[in-house]
Amino acid sequence: MLTLTCPYCGVTVEETELYPGGEAHLKRFGPGSTDAEFESYMFARKNPKGVHFERWRHAYGCGKWFLAARDTVTWEVFGTYSAQTPEPPAALVATIKQKRPGWEGWK
Amino acid sequence: MRRYSIFAVAREALRYHSGWEKAWASPEPKKRYDVIVVGAGGHGLATAYYLGKVHGITNVAVIEKGWLGGGNTGRNTTIIRSNYLQDPSSAIFEKARSLYEDLSTDLNYNVMFSPRGLLMLAQSEHEMRGYKRTVYANNLQGVETRWIDRHEVKNLVPILNIDGPRYPVLGALYQERGGTARHDAVAWGYARRCSAMGMDIIQNCEVKGVRTEGGKVVGVDTTKGAIDCGKLAIVVAGHSSVLADMAGFRLPIESRALQAWVSEPIKPTIDVVVMANLVHGYMSQSDKGELVIGGGTDGFNNYSQRGSWQHVEETTRALIETFPVISRLKMLRQWGGIVDMTGDRSPILSKTPVEGIYVNCGWGTGGFKAIPGSGYAMAELVAKDYSPLAAEFGLHRFKEGQFIDESVAAGVAH
Ligand SMILES: Cc1cc2nc3c(=O)[nH]c(=O)nc-3n(C[C@H](O)[C@H](O)[C@H](O)COP(=O)(O)OP(=O)(O)OC[C@H]3O[C@@H](n4cnc5c(N)ncnc54)[C@H](O)[C@@H]3O)c2cc1C
Ligand SMILES: [Zn+2]
Repeated sequence: MLTLTCPYCGVTVEETELYPGGEAHLKRFGPGSTDAEFESYMFARKNPKGVHFERWRHAYGCGKWFLAARDTVTWEVFGTYSAQTPEPPAALVATIKQKRPGWEGWK
Repeated sequence: MRRYSIFAVAREALRYHSGWEKAWASPEPKKRYDVIVVGAGGHGLATAYYLGKVHGITNVAVIEKGWLGGGNTGRNTTIIRSNYLQDPSSAIFEKARSLYEDLSTDLNYNVMFSPRGLLMLAQSEHEMRGYKRTVYANNLQGVETRWIDRHEVKNLVPILNIDGPRYPVLGALYQERGGTARHDAVAWGYARRCSAMGMDIIQNCEVKGVRTEGGKVVGVDTTKGAIDCGKLAIVVAGHSSVLADMAGFRLPIESRALQAWVSEPIKPTIDVVVMANLVHGYMSQSDKGELVIGGGTDGFNNYSQRGSWQHVEETTRALIETFPVISRLKMLRQWGGIVDMTGDRSPILSKTPVEGIYVNCGWGTGGFKAIPGSGYAMAELVAKDYSPLAAEFGLHRFKEGQFIDESVAAGVAH
Protein backbone atom coordinates (compact mmCIF):
# COMPACT_ATOMS: atom_id res chain seq x y z
CA MET A 1 0.00 0.00 0.00
CA LEU A 2 1.21 3.48 -0.87
CA THR A 3 2.04 5.75 2.05
CA LEU A 4 2.67 9.50 1.81
CA THR A 5 3.58 12.15 4.34
CA CYS A 6 1.21 15.09 4.50
CA PRO A 7 3.41 18.19 4.48
CA TYR A 8 0.90 20.11 6.58
CA CYS A 9 0.14 17.59 9.33
CA GLY A 10 3.55 15.95 9.11
CA VAL A 11 2.00 12.51 9.54
CA THR A 12 2.66 9.57 7.25
CA VAL A 13 -0.62 8.03 6.17
CA GLU A 14 -1.87 5.16 4.04
CA GLU A 15 -3.48 5.86 0.70
CA THR A 16 -6.94 5.03 2.05
CA GLU A 17 -6.70 8.33 3.93
CA LEU A 18 -5.82 10.19 0.73
CA TYR A 19 -7.52 11.19 -2.47
CA PRO A 20 -5.45 11.17 -5.69
CA GLY A 21 -5.74 14.25 -7.91
CA GLY A 22 -3.65 13.55 -11.00
CA GLU A 23 -0.70 15.34 -12.57
CA ALA A 24 0.71 18.36 -10.71
CA HIS A 25 2.04 21.69 -11.98
CA LEU A 26 -0.35 21.91 -14.92
CA LYS A 27 -0.52 25.43 -16.27
CA ARG A 28 -4.13 26.44 -16.52
CA PHE A 29 -5.42 27.74 -19.83
CA GLY A 30 -8.90 29.22 -19.94
CA PRO A 31 -10.89 31.66 -22.05
CA GLY A 32 -8.74 33.50 -24.56
CA SER A 33 -6.23 30.70 -25.03
CA THR A 34 -5.81 28.78 -28.26
CA ASP A 35 -7.60 25.48 -28.84
CA ALA A 36 -4.29 23.64 -28.75
CA GLU A 37 -3.31 25.16 -25.39
CA PHE A 38 -6.70 24.40 -23.91
CA GLU A 39 -6.68 20.83 -25.22
CA SER A 40 -3.24 20.11 -23.86
CA TYR A 41 -4.09 21.62 -20.49
CA MET A 42 -7.26 19.55 -20.31
CA PHE A 43 -6.09 16.22 -21.71
CA ALA A 44 -2.46 15.77 -22.82
CA ARG A 45 -0.82 14.01 -19.90
CA LYS A 46 2.81 13.09 -19.35
CA ASN A 47 1.86 9.83 -17.71
CA PRO A 48 5.56 9.02 -17.28
CA LYS A 49 7.01 5.63 -16.53
CA GLY A 50 9.26 6.77 -13.69
CA VAL A 51 9.43 10.12 -11.92
CA HIS A 52 6.00 11.72 -11.61
CA PHE A 53 4.71 14.83 -9.86
CA GLU A 54 1.16 14.56 -8.69
CA ARG A 55 -1.56 16.09 -6.56
CA TRP A 56 -2.98 14.42 -3.49
CA ARG A 57 -5.53 15.49 -0.91
CA HIS A 58 -5.30 14.52 2.71
CA ALA A 59 -9.01 13.75 2.50
CA TYR A 60 -9.55 12.09 5.88
CA GLY A 61 -7.06 14.31 7.69
CA CYS A 62 -6.53 18.03 7.33
CA GLY A 63 -8.45 18.02 4.04
CA LYS A 64 -5.77 20.00 2.21
CA TRP A 65 -4.22 19.42 -1.20
CA PHE A 66 -0.48 18.77 -1.39
CA LEU A 67 1.99 17.64 -4.06
CA ALA A 68 4.18 14.57 -4.21
CA ALA A 69 7.09 13.36 -6.32
CA ARG A 70 6.93 9.63 -6.80
CA ASP A 71 8.25 6.87 -9.05
CA THR A 72 5.37 5.19 -10.90
CA VAL A 73 7.30 1.94 -11.31
CA THR A 74 8.86 1.41 -7.88
CA TRP A 75 6.42 3.56 -5.85
CA GLU A 76 9.45 5.21 -4.23
CA VAL A 77 8.38 8.58 -2.82
CA PHE A 78 10.99 11.31 -3.28
CA GLY A 79 9.16 13.91 -1.28
CA THR A 80 5.93 15.81 -0.63
CA TYR A 81 5.42 19.56 -0.53
CA SER A 82 2.80 22.25 -0.32
CA ALA A 83 0.31 22.71 -3.16
CA GLN A 84 1.10 26.43 -3.25
CA THR A 85 4.42 25.65 -4.98
CA PRO A 86 4.44 26.56 -8.68
CA GLU A 87 7.48 24.37 -9.49
CA PRO A 88 9.06 21.40 -7.71
CA PRO A 89 11.47 22.73 -5.06
CA ALA A 90 15.12 22.81 -6.24
CA ALA A 91 16.31 20.60 -3.38
CA LEU A 92 13.77 17.94 -4.31
CA VAL A 93 14.76 18.06 -7.97
CA ALA A 94 18.40 17.64 -6.95
CA THR A 95 17.54 14.61 -4.79
CA ILE A 96 15.67 12.98 -7.66
CA LYS A 97 18.50 13.68 -10.13
CA GLN A 98 20.89 11.99 -7.76
CA LYS A 99 18.67 8.93 -7.41
CA ARG A 100 17.67 8.77 -11.09
CA PRO A 101 20.71 9.96 -13.11
CA GLY A 102 18.98 9.31 -16.45
CA TRP A 103 15.95 11.42 -15.55
CA GLU A 104 15.27 14.21 -18.07
CA GLY A 105 13.93 16.77 -15.57
CA TRP A 106 10.43 17.74 -14.57
CA LYS A 107 9.31 19.83 -17.59
CA MET B 1 0.17 -24.48 -41.08
CA ARG B 2 -1.43 -27.82 -40.39
CA ARG B 3 -5.12 -27.57 -39.53
CA TYR B 4 -6.31 -28.56 -36.08
CA SER B 5 -9.15 -31.06 -36.27
CA ILE B 6 -10.50 -34.20 -34.65
CA PHE B 7 -8.52 -36.20 -37.23
CA ALA B 8 -5.33 -34.42 -36.24
CA VAL B 9 -5.98 -35.27 -32.59
CA ALA B 10 -6.61 -38.92 -33.50
CA ARG B 11 -3.53 -39.08 -35.71
CA GLU B 12 -1.33 -37.58 -33.03
CA ALA B 13 -2.81 -39.80 -30.35
CA LEU B 14 -1.55 -42.79 -32.36
CA ARG B 15 2.00 -41.47 -32.56
CA TYR B 16 2.55 -40.15 -29.06
CA HIS B 17 1.83 -36.53 -30.08
CA SER B 18 5.16 -36.29 -31.83
CA GLY B 19 3.83 -34.54 -34.92
CA TRP B 20 2.45 -31.24 -33.59
CA GLU B 21 4.25 -28.35 -35.17
CA LYS B 22 5.06 -25.06 -33.46
CA ALA B 23 2.02 -22.80 -33.43
CA TRP B 24 4.06 -19.82 -34.65
CA ALA B 25 7.60 -19.15 -35.82
CA SER B 26 10.12 -17.08 -33.85
CA PRO B 27 12.05 -15.27 -36.60
CA GLU B 28 14.78 -12.66 -36.38
CA PRO B 29 13.60 -9.24 -37.59
CA LYS B 30 13.95 -8.33 -41.26
CA LYS B 31 15.37 -4.99 -42.34
CA ARG B 32 12.02 -3.52 -43.32
CA TYR B 33 8.28 -4.15 -43.10
CA ASP B 34 5.34 -2.40 -44.71
CA VAL B 35 3.67 -2.26 -41.31
CA ILE B 36 5.12 -2.70 -37.85
CA VAL B 37 2.69 -3.31 -35.03
CA VAL B 38 4.14 -2.63 -31.57
CA GLY B 39 2.58 -4.85 -28.91
CA ALA B 40 1.58 -8.49 -29.30
CA GLY B 41 -1.49 -8.30 -27.12
CA GLY B 42 -4.87 -9.26 -28.51
CA HIS B 43 -5.38 -5.88 -30.17
CA GLY B 44 -1.98 -5.81 -31.87
CA LEU B 45 -2.26 -9.38 -33.11
CA ALA B 46 -5.83 -8.90 -34.31
CA THR B 47 -4.75 -5.74 -36.14
CA ALA B 48 -2.07 -7.74 -37.94
CA TYR B 49 -4.45 -10.60 -38.68
CA TYR B 50 -7.11 -8.42 -40.34
CA LEU B 51 -4.41 -6.45 -42.20
CA GLY B 52 -3.53 -9.74 -43.88
CA LYS B 53 -6.94 -11.32 -44.10
CA VAL B 54 -9.00 -8.33 -45.23
CA HIS B 55 -6.45 -6.02 -46.85
CA GLY B 56 -3.84 -8.42 -48.21
CA ILE B 57 -0.98 -6.70 -46.35
CA THR B 58 1.29 -9.44 -45.04
CA ASN B 59 4.74 -7.86 -44.90
CA VAL B 60 4.01 -7.17 -41.26
CA ALA B 61 5.94 -7.54 -38.01
CA VAL B 62 4.40 -7.62 -34.55
CA ILE B 63 7.04 -6.58 -32.02
CA GLU B 64 6.62 -7.55 -28.39
CA LYS B 65 8.89 -6.70 -25.49
CA GLY B 66 7.84 -9.70 -23.43
CA TRP B 67 5.93 -12.75 -24.57
CA LEU B 68 2.82 -12.53 -26.72
CA GLY B 69 -0.38 -12.21 -24.73
CA GLY B 70 1.59 -11.48 -21.55
CA GLY B 71 0.15 -7.99 -21.07
CA ASN B 72 -3.44 -7.23 -20.19
CA THR B 73 -4.65 -9.76 -22.73
CA GLY B 74 -3.39 -12.54 -20.46
CA ARG B 75 -4.46 -10.81 -17.25
CA ASN B 76 -8.09 -9.94 -17.77
CA THR B 77 -11.26 -11.57 -16.52
CA THR B 78 -12.48 -12.24 -20.08
CA ILE B 79 -15.90 -10.64 -19.90
CA ILE B 80 -17.47 -10.09 -23.32
CA ARG B 81 -20.49 -7.83 -23.79
CA SER B 82 -21.64 -5.04 -26.07
CA ASN B 83 -24.34 -3.33 -23.99
CA TYR B 84 -22.78 0.14 -24.16
CA LEU B 85 -24.76 3.34 -24.28
CA GLN B 86 -23.39 5.46 -27.12
CA ASP B 87 -23.83 4.50 -30.78
CA PRO B 88 -20.13 4.39 -31.78
CA SER B 89 -19.35 2.17 -28.78
CA SER B 90 -22.15 -0.26 -29.44
CA ALA B 91 -21.09 -0.46 -33.07
CA ILE B 92 -17.50 -1.47 -32.40
CA PHE B 93 -18.22 -3.65 -29.35
CA GLU B 94 -21.07 -5.45 -31.11
CA LYS B 95 -18.85 -5.96 -34.16
CA ALA B 96 -16.34 -7.56 -31.81
CA ARG B 97 -18.93 -9.67 -30.02
CA SER B 98 -20.35 -10.92 -33.28
CA LEU B 99 -16.87 -11.80 -34.58
CA TYR B 100 -16.31 -13.75 -31.35
CA GLU B 101 -19.34 -15.91 -32.21
CA ASP B 102 -17.38 -17.75 -34.88
CA LEU B 103 -13.82 -16.77 -34.13
CA SER B 104 -12.85 -20.36 -33.29
CA THR B 105 -13.82 -21.47 -36.81
CA ASP B 106 -12.24 -18.45 -38.44
CA LEU B 107 -8.92 -18.96 -36.65
CA ASN B 108 -9.08 -22.77 -36.55
CA TYR B 109 -8.31 -22.35 -32.86
CA ASN B 110 -10.67 -22.97 -29.98
CA VAL B 111 -11.06 -19.64 -28.18
CA MET B 112 -13.78 -21.16 -26.00
CA PHE B 113 -16.24 -18.35 -26.57
CA SER B 114 -19.00 -18.99 -24.07
CA PRO B 115 -22.02 -16.72 -24.55
CA ARG B 116 -23.43 -17.77 -21.21
CA GLY B 117 -25.32 -14.56 -20.53
CA LEU B 118 -24.32 -11.45 -18.64
CA LEU B 119 -26.17 -9.49 -15.99
CA MET B 120 -25.49 -5.98 -14.79
CA LEU B 121 -27.31 -5.69 -11.49
CA ALA B 122 -29.27 -2.59 -10.66
CA GLN B 123 -28.94 -1.98 -6.93
CA SER B 124 -30.25 1.55 -6.74
CA GLU B 125 -33.05 3.55 -8.35
CA HIS B 126 -30.49 5.48 -10.37
CA GLU B 127 -28.87 2.40 -11.74
CA MET B 128 -32.27 0.98 -12.62
CA ARG B 129 -33.14 4.06 -14.64
CA GLY B 130 -29.72 4.10 -16.25
CA TYR B 131 -29.88 0.47 -17.33
CA LYS B 132 -33.41 0.78 -18.67
CA ARG B 133 -32.15 3.66 -20.75
CA THR B 134 -29.28 1.46 -21.97
CA VAL B 135 -31.76 -1.24 -22.96
CA TYR B 136 -33.73 1.27 -25.05
CA ALA B 137 -30.53 2.52 -26.65
CA ASN B 138 -29.31 -1.01 -27.33
CA ASN B 139 -32.59 -1.99 -28.95
CA LEU B 140 -32.29 0.97 -31.31
CA GLN B 141 -28.67 0.06 -32.04
CA GLY B 142 -29.53 -3.55 -32.87
CA VAL B 143 -27.81 -4.91 -29.78
CA GLU B 144 -29.94 -7.53 -28.10
CA THR B 145 -30.36 -6.75 -24.41
CA ARG B 146 -33.33 -6.62 -22.11
CA TRP B 147 -34.35 -5.50 -18.65
CA ILE B 148 -35.23 -8.35 -16.30
CA ASP B 149 -36.87 -8.07 -12.91
CA ARG B 150 -35.38 -9.24 -9.63
CA HIS B 151 -37.17 -12.58 -9.64
CA GLU B 152 -35.80 -13.46 -13.03
CA VAL B 153 -32.39 -12.42 -11.75
CA LYS B 154 -32.80 -14.78 -8.79
CA ASN B 155 -33.82 -17.59 -11.14
CA LEU B 156 -30.71 -17.13 -13.21
CA VAL B 157 -28.40 -16.76 -10.21
CA PRO B 158 -29.79 -18.69 -7.25
CA ILE B 159 -26.74 -17.91 -5.08
CA LEU B 160 -27.45 -14.20 -5.30
CA ASN B 161 -28.81 -12.40 -2.27
CA ILE B 162 -31.39 -10.07 -3.79
CA ASP B 163 -32.76 -8.71 -0.52
CA GLY B 164 -29.92 -6.52 0.59
CA PRO B 165 -30.15 -5.14 3.22
CA ARG B 166 -27.77 -2.49 1.96
CA TYR B 167 -27.95 -3.05 -1.77
CA PRO B 168 -31.13 -4.95 -2.72
CA VAL B 169 -31.20 -6.15 -6.32
CA LEU B 170 -33.95 -4.30 -8.19
CA GLY B 171 -33.42 -6.00 -11.55
CA ALA B 172 -30.74 -6.29 -14.17
CA LEU B 173 -29.62 -5.36 -17.63
CA TYR B 174 -29.36 -8.74 -19.33
CA GLN B 175 -27.37 -9.56 -22.46
CA GLU B 176 -28.05 -13.15 -23.29
CA ARG B 177 -25.23 -13.46 -25.85
CA GLY B 178 -22.62 -11.86 -23.61
CA GLY B 179 -20.21 -14.11 -21.77
CA THR B 180 -16.55 -15.06 -21.69
CA ALA B 181 -13.77 -16.57 -23.82
CA ARG B 182 -10.33 -17.99 -23.13
CA HIS B 183 -7.99 -14.99 -23.17
CA ASP B 184 -4.71 -16.77 -23.97
CA ALA B 185 -6.36 -18.70 -26.76
CA VAL B 186 -7.48 -15.47 -28.40
CA ALA B 187 -3.88 -14.21 -28.49
CA TRP B 188 -2.48 -17.60 -29.50
CA GLY B 189 -5.09 -18.18 -32.19
CA TYR B 190 -4.43 -14.81 -33.84
CA ALA B 191 -0.66 -15.27 -33.51
CA ARG B 192 -0.78 -18.67 -35.17
CA ARG B 193 -2.71 -17.34 -38.15
CA CYS B 194 -0.50 -14.26 -38.49
CA SER B 195 2.56 -16.48 -38.53
CA ALA B 196 0.93 -18.74 -41.13
CA MET B 197 0.35 -15.71 -43.35
CA GLY B 198 4.09 -15.05 -43.29
CA MET B 199 4.06 -12.28 -40.72
CA ASP B 200 6.89 -12.08 -38.18
CA ILE B 201 6.01 -12.13 -34.51
CA ILE B 202 9.14 -10.95 -32.75
CA GLN B 203 9.04 -11.56 -29.01
CA ASN B 204 11.51 -10.42 -26.35
CA CYS B 205 12.18 -7.33 -28.44
CA GLU B 206 11.47 -3.94 -26.88
CA VAL B 207 10.86 -0.86 -28.97
CA LYS B 208 13.16 1.82 -27.52
CA GLY B 209 12.75 4.64 -30.01
CA VAL B 210 10.68 5.80 -32.96
CA ARG B 211 12.52 7.29 -35.95
CA THR B 212 10.88 9.98 -38.03
CA GLU B 213 12.00 12.07 -40.99
CA GLY B 214 10.21 15.24 -41.99
CA GLY B 215 7.23 14.48 -39.77
CA LYS B 216 6.87 10.97 -41.16
CA VAL B 217 7.70 7.67 -39.50
CA VAL B 218 10.55 5.65 -41.01
CA GLY B 219 11.27 2.98 -38.44
CA VAL B 220 11.85 1.92 -34.86
CA ASP B 221 14.90 1.21 -32.72
CA THR B 222 14.61 -1.99 -30.76
CA THR B 223 16.68 -4.18 -28.50
CA LYS B 224 17.23 -6.30 -31.63
CA GLY B 225 18.42 -3.34 -33.70
CA ALA B 226 16.84 -0.81 -36.03
CA ILE B 227 13.89 -1.91 -38.17
CA ASP B 228 12.38 0.21 -40.95
CA CYS B 229 8.71 0.47 -41.70
CA GLY B 230 6.22 2.18 -43.96
CA LYS B 231 3.58 2.48 -41.25
CA LEU B 232 3.63 2.02 -37.51
CA ALA B 233 0.73 0.89 -35.36
CA ILE B 234 1.21 1.48 -31.64
CA VAL B 235 -0.96 -0.97 -29.72
CA VAL B 236 0.61 -1.18 -26.28
CA ALA B 237 -2.23 -0.46 -23.81
CA GLY B 238 -0.67 0.77 -20.54
CA HIS B 239 2.55 1.80 -22.29
CA SER B 240 0.89 4.01 -24.91
CA SER B 241 2.17 7.24 -23.36
CA VAL B 242 5.71 5.86 -23.31
CA LEU B 243 5.60 5.02 -27.04
CA ALA B 244 3.90 8.34 -27.86
CA ASP B 245 6.70 10.12 -25.99
CA MET B 246 9.24 8.32 -28.22
CA ALA B 247 7.35 9.59 -31.26
CA GLY B 248 7.11 13.12 -29.85
CA PHE B 249 3.46 13.57 -28.93
CA ARG B 250 1.24 13.16 -25.89
CA LEU B 251 -1.95 11.20 -25.40
CA PRO B 252 -4.97 11.81 -23.17
CA ILE B 253 -4.14 8.63 -21.29
CA GLU B 254 -3.22 7.73 -17.74
CA SER B 255 -1.90 4.30 -16.76
CA ARG B 256 -3.46 2.69 -13.73
CA ALA B 257 -3.37 -0.69 -12.06
CA LEU B 258 -6.37 -2.97 -12.31
CA GLN B 259 -6.47 -6.22 -10.37
CA ALA B 260 -8.27 -9.53 -10.50
CA TRP B 261 -8.25 -12.63 -8.36
CA VAL B 262 -9.61 -16.17 -8.38
CA SER B 263 -10.90 -18.49 -5.68
CA GLU B 264 -10.08 -22.11 -5.16
CA PRO B 265 -12.00 -24.28 -7.65
CA ILE B 266 -15.47 -25.38 -6.60
CA LYS B 267 -18.39 -27.25 -8.16
CA PRO B 268 -20.45 -25.32 -10.74
CA THR B 269 -22.33 -22.62 -8.85
CA ILE B 270 -22.90 -19.77 -11.26
CA ASP B 271 -23.33 -20.12 -15.02
CA VAL B 272 -23.68 -16.48 -16.01
CA VAL B 273 -21.47 -13.42 -15.58
CA VAL B 274 -22.69 -11.05 -12.86
CA MET B 275 -21.54 -7.47 -12.59
CA ALA B 276 -22.48 -5.38 -9.58
CA ASN B 277 -21.31 -1.95 -10.58
CA LEU B 278 -22.69 -0.07 -7.60
CA VAL B 279 -20.51 -2.03 -5.18
CA HIS B 280 -17.67 -2.33 -7.71
CA GLY B 281 -17.38 -6.04 -8.14
CA TYR B 282 -18.04 -8.70 -10.69
CA MET B 283 -17.83 -12.47 -10.79
CA SER B 284 -18.05 -15.47 -13.07
CA GLN B 285 -16.93 -19.07 -12.84
CA SER B 286 -14.17 -20.47 -15.01
CA ASP B 287 -14.30 -23.90 -16.61
CA LYS B 288 -11.83 -25.05 -13.96
CA GLY B 289 -14.33 -24.06 -11.27
CA GLU B 290 -12.52 -21.00 -9.94
CA LEU B 291 -14.59 -17.93 -9.24
CA VAL B 292 -13.05 -15.13 -11.26
CA ILE B 293 -13.40 -11.79 -9.51
CA GLY B 294 -12.50 -8.23 -10.29
CA GLY B 295 -13.17 -4.73 -9.08
CA GLY B 296 -12.12 -1.15 -9.73
CA THR B 297 -8.87 0.50 -10.75
CA ASP B 298 -6.50 2.35 -8.49
CA GLY B 299 -6.80 6.11 -8.56
CA PHE B 300 -3.16 6.96 -9.24
CA ASN B 301 -0.67 6.44 -12.06
CA ASN B 302 1.20 3.21 -11.91
CA TYR B 303 3.40 1.03 -14.12
CA SER B 304 4.19 -1.66 -11.58
CA GLN B 305 1.54 -4.28 -12.45
CA ARG B 306 0.69 -4.29 -8.75
CA GLY B 307 -2.39 -2.74 -7.28
CA SER B 308 -3.49 -1.54 -3.89
CA TRP B 309 -4.67 -4.01 -1.33
CA GLN B 310 -7.78 -2.12 -0.30
CA HIS B 311 -9.41 -2.71 -3.69
CA VAL B 312 -9.19 -6.45 -3.18
CA GLU B 313 -10.65 -6.03 0.27
CA GLU B 314 -13.47 -3.68 -0.80
CA THR B 315 -14.55 -5.77 -3.76
CA THR B 316 -14.41 -9.04 -1.88
CA ARG B 317 -16.42 -7.52 0.96
CA ALA B 318 -19.05 -6.26 -1.46
CA LEU B 319 -19.29 -9.58 -3.28
CA ILE B 320 -19.65 -11.51 -0.05
CA GLU B 321 -22.67 -9.39 0.74
CA THR B 322 -24.06 -10.07 -2.72
CA PHE B 323 -23.13 -13.79 -2.79
CA PRO B 324 -23.11 -14.93 0.86
CA VAL B 325 -22.15 -18.53 -0.09
CA ILE B 326 -18.66 -17.47 -1.13
CA SER B 327 -17.72 -16.11 2.28
CA ARG B 328 -15.70 -19.19 3.27
CA LEU B 329 -13.81 -19.58 0.00
CA LYS B 330 -10.06 -19.23 -0.10
CA MET B 331 -8.62 -16.97 -2.76
CA LEU B 332 -5.94 -18.73 -4.78
CA ARG B 333 -4.09 -15.93 -6.47
CA GLN B 334 -4.28 -12.28 -7.37
CA TRP B 335 -2.59 -10.20 -10.07
CA GLY B 336 -2.64 -6.82 -11.74
CA GLY B 337 -2.34 -5.25 -15.16
CA ILE B 338 -1.64 -1.69 -16.26
CA VAL B 339 -4.66 -0.28 -18.01
CA ASP B 340 -4.77 2.77 -20.27
CA MET B 341 -7.53 5.09 -19.06
CA THR B 342 -9.08 7.92 -21.07
CA GLY B 343 -11.29 10.59 -19.56
CA ASP B 344 -14.45 9.48 -21.36
CA ARG B 345 -13.68 5.78 -20.82
CA SER B 346 -13.72 5.20 -24.59
CA PRO B 347 -10.83 3.92 -26.69
CA ILE B 348 -8.66 5.79 -29.15
CA LEU B 349 -8.21 4.46 -32.69
CA SER B 350 -6.55 7.24 -34.53
CA LYS B 351 -4.02 8.78 -36.81
CA THR B 352 -1.48 10.86 -34.90
CA PRO B 353 0.50 14.08 -35.39
CA VAL B 354 3.23 11.94 -37.03
CA GLU B 355 2.39 10.76 -40.55
CA GLY B 356 2.27 6.98 -40.77
CA ILE B 357 1.82 6.42 -37.04
CA TYR B 358 -1.51 5.10 -35.80
CA VAL B 359 -2.54 4.43 -32.21
CA ASN B 360 -4.97 1.93 -30.82
CA CYS B 361 -5.28 2.36 -27.06
CA GLY B 362 -7.46 3.63 -24.27
CA TRP B 363 -9.37 0.36 -23.95
CA GLY B 364 -8.68 0.67 -20.26
CA THR B 365 -10.48 -1.84 -18.12
CA GLY B 366 -12.63 -3.29 -20.86
CA GLY B 367 -10.81 -4.09 -24.08
CA PHE B 368 -10.68 -7.87 -24.11
CA LYS B 369 -14.25 -8.01 -25.38
CA ALA B 370 -13.29 -5.64 -28.17
CA ILE B 371 -10.28 -7.45 -29.59
CA PRO B 372 -11.75 -8.76 -32.88
CA GLY B 373 -13.70 -5.56 -33.64
CA SER B 374 -10.81 -3.33 -32.67
CA GLY B 375 -8.35 -5.29 -34.80
CA TYR B 376 -10.78 -5.21 -37.70
CA ALA B 377 -11.24 -1.44 -37.48
CA MET B 378 -7.57 -0.73 -36.80
CA ALA B 379 -6.47 -2.77 -39.82
CA GLU B 380 -8.85 -0.78 -41.99
CA LEU B 381 -7.57 2.50 -40.53
CA VAL B 382 -3.94 1.54 -41.14
CA ALA B 383 -4.60 0.19 -44.64
CA LYS B 384 -6.96 2.89 -45.90
CA ASP B 385 -6.50 5.82 -43.51
CA TYR B 386 -10.21 5.62 -42.70
CA SER B 387 -12.46 3.18 -40.92
CA PRO B 388 -16.15 3.89 -40.28
CA LEU B 389 -16.02 1.88 -37.04
CA ALA B 390 -13.04 3.90 -35.79
CA ALA B 391 -14.03 7.31 -37.15
CA GLU B 392 -15.46 8.70 -33.94
CA PHE B 393 -12.70 7.31 -31.74
CA GLY B 394 -10.05 9.65 -33.18
CA LEU B 395 -7.84 11.98 -31.16
CA HIS B 396 -9.76 14.91 -32.68
CA ARG B 397 -12.55 14.27 -30.18
CA PHE B 398 -10.47 15.76 -27.38
CA LYS B 399 -9.93 18.96 -29.32
CA GLU B 400 -13.54 19.22 -30.37
CA GLY B 401 -15.16 18.02 -27.17
CA GLN B 402 -16.89 15.18 -29.02
CA PHE B 403 -16.54 12.73 -26.17
CA ILE B 404 -18.03 9.29 -26.26
CA ASP B 405 -19.03 9.20 -22.64
CA GLU B 406 -19.11 5.65 -21.38
CA SER B 407 -18.15 6.38 -17.81
CA VAL B 408 -21.50 5.02 -16.73
CA ALA B 409 -21.58 1.95 -18.95
CA ALA B 410 -17.99 1.17 -18.02
CA GLY B 411 -18.36 2.32 -14.43
CA VAL B 412 -16.70 -0.80 -13.15
CA ALA B 413 -13.70 -2.59 -14.59
CA HIS B 414 -14.39 -5.41 -17.00
C1 LIG C 1 -7.25 -7.31 -14.17
C2 LIG C 1 -7.88 -6.95 -15.47
C3 LIG C 1 -9.16 -7.38 -15.78
C4 LIG C 1 -9.75 -7.07 -16.99
N1 LIG C 1 -10.98 -7.59 -17.27
C5 LIG C 1 -11.52 -7.39 -18.49
C6 LIG C 1 -12.76 -8.04 -18.84
O1 LIG C 1 -13.34 -8.80 -18.05
N2 LIG C 1 -13.28 -7.80 -20.08
C7 LIG C 1 -12.66 -6.97 -20.98
O2 LIG C 1 -13.20 -6.78 -22.05
N3 LIG C 1 -11.47 -6.37 -20.69
C8 LIG C 1 -10.89 -6.57 -19.47
N4 LIG C 1 -9.69 -5.98 -19.16
C9 LIG C 1 -9.07 -5.08 -20.15
C10 LIG C 1 -8.31 -5.84 -21.21
O3 LIG C 1 -7.46 -6.78 -20.61
C11 LIG C 1 -7.48 -4.90 -22.07
O4 LIG C 1 -8.25 -3.80 -22.51
C12 LIG C 1 -6.94 -5.61 -23.30
O5 LIG C 1 -6.42 -6.87 -22.98
C13 LIG C 1 -5.87 -4.76 -23.93
O6 LIG C 1 -5.25 -5.50 -24.95
P1 LIG C 1 -4.03 -4.90 -25.71
O7 LIG C 1 -3.66 -5.84 -26.76
O8 LIG C 1 -4.35 -3.50 -26.10
O9 LIG C 1 -2.90 -4.74 -24.57
P2 LIG C 1 -1.91 -5.81 -23.92
O10 LIG C 1 -2.45 -7.16 -23.92
O11 LIG C 1 -1.45 -5.23 -22.64
O12 LIG C 1 -0.72 -5.81 -24.98
C14 LIG C 1 0.17 -4.73 -25.13
C15 LIG C 1 1.54 -5.33 -25.34
O13 LIG C 1 2.47 -4.30 -25.67
C16 LIG C 1 3.72 -4.68 -25.18
N5 LIG C 1 4.61 -3.53 -25.12
C17 LIG C 1 4.53 -2.46 -24.30
N6 LIG C 1 5.56 -1.62 -24.52
C18 LIG C 1 6.30 -2.16 -25.52
C19 LIG C 1 7.49 -1.77 -26.20
N7 LIG C 1 8.13 -0.64 -25.88
N8 LIG C 1 7.98 -2.58 -27.18
C20 LIG C 1 7.34 -3.72 -27.50
N9 LIG C 1 6.22 -4.15 -26.89
C21 LIG C 1 5.70 -3.38 -25.91
C22 LIG C 1 3.39 -5.27 -23.82
O14 LIG C 1 4.42 -6.12 -23.36
C23 LIG C 1 2.09 -6.01 -24.08
O15 LIG C 1 2.26 -7.38 -24.34
C24 LIG C 1 -9.06 -6.27 -17.94
C25 LIG C 1 -7.78 -5.82 -17.65
C26 LIG C 1 -7.17 -6.16 -16.44
C27 LIG C 1 -5.77 -5.68 -16.16
ZN1 LIG D 1 -2.79 16.64 6.36
